[in-house]
Amino acid sequence: MSYVGWILITGALVGISCGLIGVLLILRRMAMMADAISHTVLLGIVVAYLISASLQGMTMLIGALFAGLLTTWLVQWFESKGIHSDASIGVVFTTLFSIGVVLISTSVGNVHLDVNHALMGEISFIPWNVIELPIIGDIPLAVVMLTVVTLIVVLMIGLFYKEWKITTFDPALAVSLGIPVLLLHYVFMTMVSITTVAAFDAVGAIMVVAMLITPAAAANLWTDRLLVMFGLSAFFGAASSTIGYGIAIWLNTSISGSMAFATGLIFLISYLVAPLYGMISRLTRKRTVI
Amino acid sequence: MVSVLSSPNFQWVLMSTILLGLAAGMVGTMTHLRKQGLMSDAISHAALPGVMMAFLLSGEKELLVLIIGAAISGLIGAYLIQVIDHTTRIKEDAAMGIILSVFFGGGIMLLTIANRVGGGKQSGLDSFIFGQAASMVRSDAVIMGLIALLVIILIALFFKEWKVVLFDPNHANMIGIPVKVYQSLYTFLLVFVIVIGIQAVGVILMAALLIIPAVSARYWTNSLFVMFILSASIGGFSGGFGTFVSTFGRNLPTGPLIVLTSAALFLVSLVFGSKQGLLNTYKQTNLIKKKRNVQVQRGDLE
Repeated sequence: MSYVGWILITGALVGISCGLIGVLLILRRMAMMADAISHTVLLGIVVAYLISASLQGMTMLIGALFAGLLTTWLVQWFESKGIHSDASIGVVFTTLFSIGVVLISTSVGNVHLDVNHALMGEISFIPWNVIELPIIGDIPLAVVMLTVVTLIVVLMIGLFYKEWKITTFDPALAVSLGIPVLLLHYVFMTMVSITTVAAFDAVGAIMVVAMLITPAAAANLWTDRLLVMFGLSAFFGAASSTIGYGIAIWLNTSISGSMAFATGLIFLISYLVAPLYGMISRLTRKRTVI
Repeated sequence: MVSVLSSPNFQWVLMSTILLGLAAGMVGTMTHLRKQGLMSDAISHAALPGVMMAFLLSGEKELLVLIIGAAISGLIGAYLIQVIDHTTRIKEDAAMGIILSVFFGGGIMLLTIANRVGGGKQSGLDSFIFGQAASMVRSDAVIMGLIALLVIILIALFFKEWKVVLFDPNHANMIGIPVKVYQSLYTFLLVFVIVIGIQAVGVILMAALLIIPAVSARYWTNSLFVMFILSASIGGFSGGFGTFVSTFGRNLPTGPLIVLTSAALFLVSLVFGSKQGLLNTYKQTNLIKKKRNVQVQRGDLE
């Protein structure tokens, strides 16, 4: 596979996994929680690196998992102590992120992990960091990791589809049916954390937010059906990473920045022309009512 | 080390970050009471493309020009969040996520382009992401300090009006306070504080300087006036102390250190705060339990 091919596949996998998770994030109104986790994952990765002195996929994944769960738990704990969720998210993620940045710039800096890498990712290096798999041959490590994570996400959503649906749309009913709502909440946050860290290498911690929220929000304007929304969101995510790569080559600029920007373009188009909840159809529908 | 501390440039920078912290603490109090903490996060991320655009258009790293650019794109971001929230089924938190990530992505694109075409003048633009007080010169500090001072004065001067507008906009309307004017003024104050803070604290963490001091102050008082003073003091101290510590290391970013200082003060407030602090709440629940036990022993309760 060619160099560009691997980059496009990596981008598409980020788009698909984030797009799928994003749907649940949007519908559960936890978009800003994703923003928080995408920042605090940095701390998990730095601490994992300090402990194990390696930047291998597995250690990073575990570190990020802990960071994600810690964030979720802290935010909930502060909320239970009477701080408004908005403020508790703000306090928790900025503090944990600051610890991560200070750790990087004092002790780990300049090794393999620097702050810019963490923020923007290095998708252009991904095709060179390969591992050899039986039968298939050389494959970039990031692609393997993203494929595994995407499969986990698809599997988790598919297996518990009904549970996700009920806990998302009617938590009270879910409780009365005996569905473990809190457990599902933590499972979901774990999924957000793994997806974030898998995408971290490719698009950077901050750009993950764009991939998580924007394609799903755009899909939300096109349909009322959950299944269709999942499909559309994954498609928008993959499409914006491809378009973003095109823009980056065209303008000779940051790839991850362009990918985030491209999600915005897709959202703008959806905002204008989506047949169900877009601007144009909203305006014309008003006229027919009158 | 000593030479750094006694250099006039450092003293100016220190003074300006203290003023920034004071102003951010005051505006943050209003932000906190309006439950808009994350809105400030979105606005500060949205300011990044404005900074870069201003640099690319003017070709100079003049702080005042960059600040104006930042303010414009921050305001556009805030406006777009409102538009998405009001005209679609998408909720405010998702709208904030969209704007902050897409604008930030645009900012990074422009930063990369600026790094390519800037011809050396662009060095230091990176510091707008994490904040680097060391990259500030005296004129930057003066501009920052003056705007912060203006914000502080505007809040102090109309304190009574702000109070009514914050807690009871309807009543404010009735007694003839132009609520709409104050609410737009608030948005401008918020954007001002954010854009002057981004060079010292950085766009990613600027929101923390608005959120954390106000949340901490809330643990000590129920009075708005005291909350303003406390929040401003916590902000001012964090700004000053963080800047001070960041001069010790060669590439210590200022923003995270300021945030960690205020986070430490938050922890102290959380545990020892006289209003709903953990220790106090624990004591009170214990007291209630003890009273109850005594009553049970006396046979007042079953």
